Amino acid sequence: MTDDLLLKVTGLNVVFDGHKILEDISFDVKKDDTLAIIGPNGAGKTVLFKCILGLLPYKGKVIWASGATIGYVPQKLYVDKDVPLTVDEFLSFKEKDHLKVEEALIKVGFGSDNLHSIHRGSRLLGTKLGVLSGGELQRVLIAFAILGRPNVLLFDEPTSGVDISAEETVYSLISKLKEEEDLTIIFISHELEVVYKYAANVLCLNKEKVCFGPPRSAIDKTSLNRLYGDEVNFFKHHEHQHNG
Amino acid sequence: MRLTFLNITNISTMANTIFLILVGSLVGASSGLLGSFMVLKRMSLVGDALSHVALPGMAIALTFSLNPIVGAIMALTFAVFGIWYLGEKTEVYSEALVGVFFTASLAMGILITPEPELLEALFGNIENINLFDGLVTICGSILIFFGAMKLSDRLLLGVVSEDLARSMGVKMHKVNLAYLLLVGLVVALGVKFVGTLLTGALVIVPAVAAKNMTKSVRSFQIMSSVIGVASAACGILVAQSLGVAPGPIVVLISISAFLLSLLFKN
Repeated sequence: MTDDLLLKVTGLNVVFDGHKILEDISFDVKKDDTLAIIGPNGAGKTVLFKCILGLLPYKGKVIWASGATIGYVPQKLYVDKDVPLTVDEFLSFKEKDHLKVEEALIKVGFGSDNLHSIHRGSRLLGTKLGVLSGGELQRVLIAFAILGRPNVLLFDEPTSGVDISAEETVYSLISKLKEEEDLTIIFISHELEVVYKYAANVLCLNKEKVCFGPPRSAIDKTSLNRLYGDEVNFFKHHEHQHNG
Repeated sequence: MRLTFLNITNISTMANTIFLILVGSLVGASSGLLGSFMVLKRMSLVGDALSHVALPGMAIALTFSLNPIVGAIMALTFAVFGIWYLGEKTEVYSEALVGVFFTASLAMGILITPEPELLEALFGNIENINLFDGLVTICGSILIFFGAMKLSDRLLLGVVSEDLARSMGVKMHKVNLAYLLLVGLVVALGVKFVGTLLTGALVIVPAVAAKNMTKSVRSFQIMSSVIGVASAACGILVAQSLGVAPGPIVVLISISAFLLSLLFKN
């Protein structure tokens, strides 16, 4: 493993109940890279994430560079409104130092004023996790991930459960964090537009590796056909938007 | 001479009442505290179901002239390991496994428990609690309190997202086993107090009532324990003055706390 590599995945295979979920996946992630993982529903994107996080059994090799610390933002969390867990209590699972918690919340876009006045006057820190909007919950989860100073962040569909107006905010936040915190970013997305805009490299996945490399060269008509079949028109629409 | 005898009787009755209230309050506090996690983990009825597992343990203990509480703890520990092991190795939900263990134990328990003891096991009798039971309750409650506090962060993080917890290196299977063992222990303590049929109420009702009134986990845990203690202490006193069994009164008082809590629900 060379010095500039952060993650090396070789020959990754995952089988559940006799069904192949991932087949012979190999790719590298360099330090400071922004890698997008795209693919249709059921392509194994989340399974791949869970394997590189060590949450699922697999065959093959997943090697992280020594010193890699991972912050993970899971896909859509449903926290019931009546679960009396406050933002403060949730973040304290990871960091007890209040100053660091407030610093992380400010970094994810809650102004210091917001910490003290949000949701009809009640403080963000004292607000229950379950009553936050999708966008707010996502930013709290990102704050949770950056506590403990990780050098790589893994996002599983960062904008699922977030309304359209907040989507852009979440991605620009991710790219701002990348610059400020010197992070490597790996995210799962199904939005090609976002991949072109924010990712330096893309891994196209449909149970097997379909393409890998910088989005503009890796994503072509053949790879899109293997990913989405007839939905290839969708790609043309977006390509047109970006070229225009 | 007569006066002295009455005084001694009064003093010993009073000491006995204080002892019962102490034991009852400890059971109330520890079941209230663990109940707060069970409600959040959506395992409300697991305590109720597990309480039936105690039955054959108590019967076997009685057969060998052992203290029933020892039998209850052993049967529950065995069942918790069984439920946990099968839950890890097969993909059957632990709720379903608890159901299997509980009905099997109930069937066995009814067959092998002698009838007079069966009534006591089903309905409990705090007045029969002896010094040994009291000591077991005190030690058990201390263990439950410290155990629950130590597991608290990891358990609650697991409630939010097991993946998130595991990605931070939390061994959720170990945390869940330790937690289930504490639930087994609290159920064993409660069975002697209110009986297998009502133990579930001790774990669940104070927690559900507290959840209606609180806005943070910390206050939820404290309130749940306080309602548990208050129900147990008031229940024992009310039952003594009415001359009825304390178990059902304790449960009914906690139910009234739940009804009151509905007024505070936001």
